[in-house]
Amino acid sequence: MDMPTPDPRVLARKDRLVRRLQAVLPSDAVIHDEAETRAYECDALTAYRCPPLCVVLPSRTEDVAAILRICHEEGVPVVPRGAGTSLAGGSLPTADSVILGVARMNEVLEVDYDNRFVRVQSGRTNLSVTGAVEEEGFFYAPDPSSQLACAIAGNIAMNSGGAHCLKYGVTTNNLLGVKLVLMDGTVTEIGGAHLDAGGLDLLGVICGSEGQLGVVTEATLRILPKPEGARPVLMGFDSTEVAGQCVSDIIKAGVLPVAIEFMDRLCIRACEEFAGAGYPDCEALLIVEVEGSEAEIDAQLGRILEIARTHDPVELRESGSEEESARIWLGRKSAFGAMGQINDYMCLDGTIPVSELPMVLRRIGELSKDYGLAVGNVFHAGDGNMHPLILFDANKPGDLEKCEAFGADILRLCVDAGGCLTGEHGVGIEKRDLMLHQYGAADLEAQMAVKDVFDPDWLLNPAKVFPLASSYRRRVVRMAAE
Amino acid sequence: MLTPGNEAELAEMVAAQDAPVRIAGGGTRLADTGPVLSTAGLRGIVTYEPGALTLVVQAGTPVAEVEAALAEEGQRLAFEPMDHRGLLGTEGAPTIGGVVAANVSGPRRVQVGACRDFLLGVRFVDGAGQVIRNGGRVMKNVTGYDLVKLMAGSWGTLGVLSEVALKVLPVPEAEATVQVAVPDAKSAVRVLSAALGSPFEVTGAAHDPAAGLALLRVEGFAASVDYRAGRLEALLDQFGTVSRADDSAALWRSLRDVAAFHDRPGDVWRISVKPGNAPDIAARAQAEALLFDWGGGLIWARVPEGTDLRARLGAFSGHATLVRGAPETRARLGMFQPEPAPLARIGAGLRARFDPRGVFNPGLMG
Ligand SMILES: Cc1cc2nc3c(=O)[nH]c(=O)nc-3n(C[C@H](O)[C@H](O)[C@H](O)COP(=O)(O)OP(=O)(O)OC[C@H]3O[C@@H](n4cnc5c(N)ncnc54)[C@H](O)[C@@H]3O)c2cc1C
Repeated sequence: MDMPTPDPRVLARKDRLVRRLQAVLPSDAVIHDEAETRAYECDALTAYRCPPLCVVLPSRTEDVAAILRICHEEGVPVVPRGAGTSLAGGSLPTADSVILGVARMNEVLEVDYDNRFVRVQSGRTNLSVTGAVEEEGFFYAPDPSSQLACAIAGNIAMNSGGAHCLKYGVTTNNLLGVKLVLMDGTVTEIGGAHLDAGGLDLLGVICGSEGQLGVVTEATLRILPKPEGARPVLMGFDSTEVAGQCVSDIIKAGVLPVAIEFMDRLCIRACEEFAGAGYPDCEALLIVEVEGSEAEIDAQLGRILEIARTHDPVELRESGSEEESARIWLGRKSAFGAMGQINDYMCLDGTIPVSELPMVLRRIGELSKDYGLAVGNVFHAGDGNMHPLILFDANKPGDLEKCEAFGADILRLCVDAGGCLTGEHGVGIEKRDLMLHQYGAADLEAQMAVKDVFDPDWLLNPAKVFPLASSYRRRVVRMAAE
Repeated sequence: MLTPGNEAELAEMVAAQDAPVRIAGGGTRLADTGPVLSTAGLRGIVTYEPGALTLVVQAGTPVAEVEAALAEEGQRLAFEPMDHRGLLGTEGAPTIGGVVAANVSGPRRVQVGACRDFLLGVRFVDGAGQVIRNGGRVMKNVTGYDLVKLMAGSWGTLGVLSEVALKVLPVPEAEATVQVAVPDAKSAVRVLSAALGSPFEVTGAAHDPAAGLALLRVEGFAASVDYRAGRLEALLDQFGTVSRADDSAALWRSLRDVAAFHDRPGDVWRISVKPGNAPDIAARAQAEALLFDWGGGLIWARVPEGTDLRARLGAFSGHATLVRGAPETRARLGMFQPEPAPLARIGAGLRARFDPRGVFNPGLMG
């Protein structure tokens, strides 16, 4: 993956920049020592690393504004960072950039149960948002598997999803407002505690803009009352196609589960060995979870099991207790870790129409043979968001490149099947160069025009999302203008 | 009137357009004068996959046609778009593109989300006559910027929608409405908050001051609806006399369309607020009639013609939209609440980029 050559003029200004930042921030909030900036050299896409020019860790919106004003004046690129769990290289620095980390901004500012929202600083972790409201029986719905670590800031920038978004939606559907600092230091608020922000839907544009339009310092999030109960059922099938058909039939039947998760044989075996969840040895496994009162759960699961039975499952296991539910989820929740035990892996995130599941799974299997790399499939089946995990050996020369080529083929396959490159992880640097497979030049121009308006100098996270060749003129005009 | 028959023609017409046009779907909105570009020729369902809950449809397709096709498969547009004709006293057939362009969302918005939350993809023609695609037809998509949301509620100021992809949902088996007698808006919002804060999945939470009722809808499988309505009655009994509405479906249709204001004189405003602030804001409106939806978060206010409602409300967090008013009033007050300077600047910047020659609905959004 190419990154643009760092701007030598910016590199030469490092000392002055650091001095200016130190003048407006507490001393421990500016990190410029090369040994220490290394901690910020990558996110969860660890194959790519590059230490930044320096790192700033503000605690207040005013600090963020001051930092951006200085970087704007100095013409220095800024890469916003939450917890650094992006799988797409979203928070990967360049050598000529300042990492603006919001991890210290983790306070809860307002909890309002009557109006069902919570307002937090954006560095707060996803799980601790729920932590702040669960005592009163509420929760924040989007639940990425990384929720213990990832920050709301990153969730907003990537429009993150989770296992339960089939029912509750992804981040953008649960975000009511943000406080946003523009690259020139202007602080503004979009939306708030009311349900729809006025004017153009800028909130919708900020969400998923991968840190390229502004730095989010506060978020107003919708919270929901916890359901009375939830119960999963586990289903095993001896063909992935039949499992795919079962998913489609459940959805069509008018039952709306909160989650439908899918695992194939490779993943099932890996999870079994890793976590010993007691999964059956079969080609495909579904975990379907429904919510409500006991009676409602019985009724919904009754219908779901009825549908499943018409597809000759090799196993149907309804949870009878909290422990059994936990066991059913255990394997799924440890899937990434389990795959990591086998080898290095690359996690893809393409989304397809649910009806194309069998075809796409078959093609992935064929490609796997062609490339000689194993793939495990574990994903949110209800909404067609696939997570093929390609296994490779990072220490074997050429394996990473082979894996990336294979991954690109899978993503192109997803697009050609009527889907998209990424359902929840974002483009970052990882899928940047595939954007033209999904979009035409005019489509990307329209998106870049939005960045032109928010960040005319293209200083915020500039080397992401768009193919470098497509964004070249804009990025270089900025450098030349200096 | 320009009436392109397909997207390519639309693009050509826009490229050749050198004077401002008003974009119209079914023409159900209040019309200003001037030339019109109609999407009525862009009609028909492109793909409908009930098993994937997705529908792709040309923007000029009448909503009624969409709803009929969905109903055949037991599905619907869950965001419950209102039919404006009664309120505005207009005719014509509302189109799906018009619904999307205005982000029209009904009572169920409080639980399932707005039109923009169901919009998966768009195709549109920008002010330079280029066809632009964004999003797609899958449920989850974070590939590049979300111009899908930007187009929803952009009121045709950034481009003319030619095709939209929507998520649809199954029609539930049953519905019921629990009503609680309340003396005033304050008590009503308290009731609505208690219900929305319960785990019983309320899909409609409105207050009709004329009837003195707080209204709560539940939907789902028959047994589940019965159960949840029962639990809600038990929960809300402390606030006032509780009963069940006779015809839940008709009741919510009339709330959705603000039927109480049909054929009544005056201007109609729509105010978006934090639900808890609704009673206070509503009082400031000194309205002739009020209706509260979205747990109090949406206030419909009917006021004498020409009233500057925003002046009456003063500063508040939220916004007020003039939905029905004479052309003179709309010109004087503007349809939309003025935005803070940084947002207004961004909005103007986006319009200048997407419609550099200013041909689409100029002045409508600032
Ligand atoms: C094991 C594992 C499991 C995962 N599971 C899921 C999953 O189930 N669903 C899912 O959607 N994702 C998942 N992810 C991906 C990742 O956790 C999400 O993308 C997450 O939202 C990133 O949050 P972060 O705080 O770590 O952001 P970072 O990685 O720090 O940054 C992500 C992006 O946000 C931008 N950004 C950060 N802060 C700000 C700010 N204040 N203002 C503006 N932009 C900002 C960055 O520039 C970058 O582009 C997983 C990752 C891992 C490692």
